[in-house]
Amino acid sequence: MQYAMLIYDEDGSRPEPPTEAFKEMMAGYFALSEEVQANGMFQAGAGLQGVDAATTVRVRGGKIATTDGPYAETKEQLGGFYLLECKDLDEAIEYAAKIPTAAFGCIEIRPVMVYDQT
Amino acid sequence: MESSRRTTEAVFRDHAAFVLATLIRRLGDFDLAEDALQDAFTRALERWPDSGVPTNPAGWLIKTGYHKAIDRLRRDSNFRSKQNEIRLHLPDQMEPEVSDDDDMLPDDRLKLVFTACHPALAREARVALTLRTVGGLSTKAIANAFLVPEKTMAQRLVRAKRKIRLAGIPYQVPEPHRLAERLEGVLSVIYLIFNEGYLASEGPELHRSALSLEALRLARLVCELLPKEPEAWGLLAMMLLHDSRREARISAEGELITLEEQDRSRWNHAQIREGIAALEVASALGASGPYQIQAAIATLHARARRPEETDWGGIVTLYDGLLTLTDSPIVSLNRAAAVGMHSGAEAGLAELARLDEEPTLIHHHLFHAARADFHRRARRSLEAEAAYVEALRYVVNPREKAFLKRRLASCRGTITPDSL
Repeated sequence: MQYAMLIYDEDGSRPEPPTEAFKEMMAGYFALSEEVQANGMFQAGAGLQGVDAATTVRVRGGKIATTDGPYAETKEQLGGFYLLECKDLDEAIEYAAKIPTAAFGCIEIRPVMVYDQT
Repeated sequence: MESSRRTTEAVFRDHAAFVLATLIRRLGDFDLAEDALQDAFTRALERWPDSGVPTNPAGWLIKTGYHKAIDRLRRDSNFRSKQNEIRLHLPDQMEPEVSDDDDMLPDDRLKLVFTACHPALAREARVALTLRTVGGLSTKAIANAFLVPEKTMAQRLVRAKRKIRLAGIPYQVPEPHRLAERLEGVLSVIYLIFNEGYLASEGPELHRSALSLEALRLARLVCELLPKEPEAWGLLAMMLLHDSRREARISAEGELITLEEQDRSRWNHAQIREGIAALEVASALGASGPYQIQAAIATLHARARRPEETDWGGIVTLYDGLLTLTDSPIVSLNRAAAVGMHSGAEAGLAELARLDEEPTLIHHHLFHAARADFHRRARRSLEAEAAYVEALRYVVNPREKAFLKRRLASCRGTITPDSL
């Protein structure tokens, strides 16, 4: 099964460069990305720019309406994601726990929808 | 005829969890396995009264259920796609078919326990699913015990099974390095079921005590399946010891009777012995966890023939140990109460005063009831009265409420209809 691991954290909670904690976090991300690419689980993944760079788009009455910022002003914001092929939810939970942000933010695991072609 | 039906029902219930657990593995689908189990039971009711109970009832039920499930799938117009689905879930479909005289069936019940108690399910869903699948209780019986309409409970079970399917919750025993934390989750579900039966304030008494009995049955099952886990034995011991006081803790009028006032001859002494033996098994296995410590506290109460003989010093020490493992305000409260019983009311009040700032306690009736009790023991009826009034502001359980009202009335010196 494919699982999206949506990585959330609170603005200001994540370590910033040039601290040791930041280097450690980045090393954790590189190690994890390498691991899931080597073992074939990695399908996709990205880190996202902060919500101050976000634009939200809606189409209403055929017209595009854009607003500055994320769709919802919540304390915790989506900061990135992995899309991983896992055996089952237990394996997905194990890998979600390896994502460095899990130690101060949280990871939402969502199974990917499978569209039946028949 | 009626007695043979009851025999069939009893044999069925003894084997239901085992049979269901095997059918889920073989069929790869909770719902299909539950239907198959029901079909097998219907068949058993038709056959067993004439043919007698087979030598291996579990094997018979599994075989019959499995064939009934295949029949169901064949009748299904989507057979082809269903079959594909089943293959996906079933790596071991090639396993040899069980025969009904095979005594060496693999036991899948532990997988069922861990799946039903999976932490990715909502807590109430875990409780419902465990009672339904491992406990074999009917949806109606579970709904009655939790005082919700049957339809609500049925929906809860449907949603839980849907989450298992969609989220890919596996049907397996956790990896060894996760076993301890996942077992903790299983034990807390069992304890929740127990407390629902033991402490609940509403509902028909019969349904409630059935829940406590069910929790004991589940804990015994976990001990049987994971005999080297000390906390499983600790939980079993603690529940046996608490439940041994069931008869003595409620008066004929339905009012709560405190440990101190209970008629100790009405305690279930056979169950106390069983509880102490379970705690000994746990202690022999090693490190003591929170359930074992709570069982040890219950043992010290159980060993006292009269309230004055209670080893309160030992109980305070055990609470100290428990506090190093769980940082719970309720445990601090219980410890303070034990200090008061050990060293006198003033010492107890001093301990309680240290918890004065604890936000979860200042709105908790037990905190004020404990203060009231020590003022009462120190014969300061005005302070006791004020604290009982405060406790009554927060109490919910009608039995505890009646008890606090009686105490309040007695420290006012009169018992009038008005004060009750």
